[in-house]
Amino acid sequence: MNNPLSGWLHLKRSFVAAFEPQNDDKWTLVIRPKTGWFDLHLADLWRYRDLVMLFVRRDFVSQYKQTVLGPLWFIIQPLLTTLTYTVIFGSIARLSTDGLPKILFYLSGVTAWNYFADCLTKTSDTFAANASIFGKVYFPRLAVPVSIVLSNLIRFAIQLGLFLGFYFYFLARGAAIRPTMALWLMPLLIALMAALGLGTGIIVSSVTTRYRDLRYLVQFGVQLLMYSTPVIYPLSQLSDQYRWIMLSNPMTPVIETFRYAFLGTGTFSWGYLGVSAGVSALVLAGGILLFNHVEKTCMDTV
Amino acid sequence: MRVVIQVDCLSKEYRLGQIGGGRLVDDVNRWLAKLRGKEDPLSKIGSMTASQRPSASNTSVGNGAQPEVIWALQDVSFEVKQGEVLGIVGRNGAGKSTVLKILSRVTAPTRGEIRVKGRIASLLEVGTGFHPELTGRENIYLNGAILGMTKSEIRGKFDEIVAFSEVDQFIDTPVKRYSSGMYVRLAFAVAAHLEPEILIVDEVLAVGDSAFQKKCLGKMKDVAGEGRTILFVSHNMEAVRSLCQRGIWLKDGRLHNDGPADEIVEAYFDSISNQLSFVNSNLAYGLVIEKVMLKNSHGEESGQFRPGEDLIVEILYDAQKRLEKPYITLGVIGINGPCFTANMLLDGDVPEAMHGCGTIACRFKSIPLLPQNYTVKMAVRAKNGIDLIINYQDVACFSVVGDLADYGYKGEFLERASRYTPVVVPYEWRMPDGTSASVSLNRRPE
Repeated sequence: MNNPLSGWLHLKRSFVAAFEPQNDDKWTLVIRPKTGWFDLHLADLWRYRDLVMLFVRRDFVSQYKQTVLGPLWFIIQPLLTTLTYTVIFGSIARLSTDGLPKILFYLSGVTAWNYFADCLTKTSDTFAANASIFGKVYFPRLAVPVSIVLSNLIRFAIQLGLFLGFYFYFLARGAAIRPTMALWLMPLLIALMAALGLGTGIIVSSVTTRYRDLRYLVQFGVQLLMYSTPVIYPLSQLSDQYRWIMLSNPMTPVIETFRYAFLGTGTFSWGYLGVSAGVSALVLAGGILLFNHVEKTCMDTV
Repeated sequence: MRVVIQVDCLSKEYRLGQIGGGRLVDDVNRWLAKLRGKEDPLSKIGSMTASQRPSASNTSVGNGAQPEVIWALQDVSFEVKQGEVLGIVGRNGAGKSTVLKILSRVTAPTRGEIRVKGRIASLLEVGTGFHPELTGRENIYLNGAILGMTKSEIRGKFDEIVAFSEVDQFIDTPVKRYSSGMYVRLAFAVAAHLEPEILIVDEVLAVGDSAFQKKCLGKMKDVAGEGRTILFVSHNMEAVRSLCQRGIWLKDGRLHNDGPADEIVEAYFDSISNQLSFVNSNLAYGLVIEKVMLKNSHGEESGQFRPGEDLIVEILYDAQKRLEKPYITLGVIGINGPCFTANMLLDGDVPEAMHGCGTIACRFKSIPLLPQNYTVKMAVRAKNGIDLIINYQDVACFSVVGDLADYGYKGEFLERASRYTPVVVPYEWRMPDGTSASVSLNRRPE
């Protein structure tokens, strides 16, 4: 609205400010309609790190309160999934596992996939699930998805422990598996899974503030994505005709490398992994930009 | 005193109606218009009056027929100095909460700018982020962190917080086992121990019992005494008056008045008694309430009454369809809550029907009220006694004026004490020495 009065007020204020320098430059906070896409306040997130850790604790503690088995569920869930896959895909459908023990093959896929999928689905409704808090108080909104990724990391560590249990058992029994130097890439793999899951999740959550429809697609999308990732069958089994579909999925090199690192079979390629890393970085950066852009006005549309 | 908050030409636009399905088309339209350098095709210039705003169920926003956008705030500018306690008053939908939301950074303004010096903590609600499964102790940390404290700050204040909340025995019990009183006390205790330079409070006092409200007010006074700046929104005019030095009155999204809190509250009350607009019709039932008038015993329309005078509430209606057995409820509400009611659901005196234009009136005989401001609420229900035809809402206001000394009141602290419980029935004290003293508002002054 081009109100002449407001323009005048503005002029007057700048004039007054010129004579009161102590009022002019020491504002600790300036609230403006829109800031640039690259004004990310990541320092704010660092200042609220205690909050992030408390969110992690809350998510972790509250999840299995009042359940009989408690944190055991962290182990039971991948175990049951693995057993199902072993029976259905391994024994009945007789899909190849690259010559690896079925349990190890599926468990490694499920463990890595779960971390990515949990990061994605749980961050994808950040705005809708936290509307009541976001509507009442300010803190860097990114604290919520970041805390989800961290609390999933704890879960992942526990499930990795389960995998290692089976791993050493099979190793001791002399199964045809061997750890490779690619184990050193584990931190990178975890970072890639986290970045991809978080990036995609916050993109979805940002878009769902306006278009709710996407929310219903997430579950289905993740499921679909899993079938285009070598979780239940190895990449080596695919004909070249379908291989590109698999390889265009940035999670594929991650899962394959994960398996290769521990079990010594699978496809490992610096090239594929590099592309995957590039895509993950882009997705995460894009996600943070979009999330940051949406967070200021999301409460008007959620 | 230095300025700590500078609000400059603040405007906020809200979209009306359903947001979601079908929005993609609008978004594309907006985007195309922007590309061609045209005005936003869906934006409407000028604001709507409060009565036109969509209130929950009464207004349906049709496609294209109604503006899709309203301005909740328009060019609001003001400054707040350090240590000032500023009250923001205004009717529902005047933009008070929007100002606080923008200041708390819960939402961004559409235009304008706010510059702030110092740390802001906002209390738009107590207990934000409390998780029922976590213990009191865990929730203190979580809630404190959400409000912007660091872990070590909370640790330093922990004992104080627990002591203030009076729940120390249950501090390691999940808060879902707490009574609602304990829950609110714990939540407020955390908030009260924030130490921001600027505190923003919205209607927090509306929760809890009166003892709790008093404790909140007391704590806020302490905070104000420490030289901190407070912005306070409340419908509790008494609280605004007693807590704030300065008041800002927002009206239809614009800054209407700015001045000492006493004057602003006074002026605000005068104005709402003059022009009270309410949702006065229900087309489904064909009922329109044309006017609600307050009259004194001489039959003159009035906004001021004396203690013990008669108050006549006259309702002018137009029932376009025949309305069988409409149950009417009237209530008189003081600053601190309901005083008394005339309710057909209770007394069963229901008119056979309302049809065409007519009047229905209720005479409250010798109102037992102390000098204060009051509002009259009204509801109309269908003959099943349940369905609301006209929602229970403010339809008129009046003030009771008079010098209590004329009625035999001679208390030394009368001024302060008269505000809390304004309804007085005749009563009689019997003293230890056997003498008695009777008190009644019906003793008319000569």
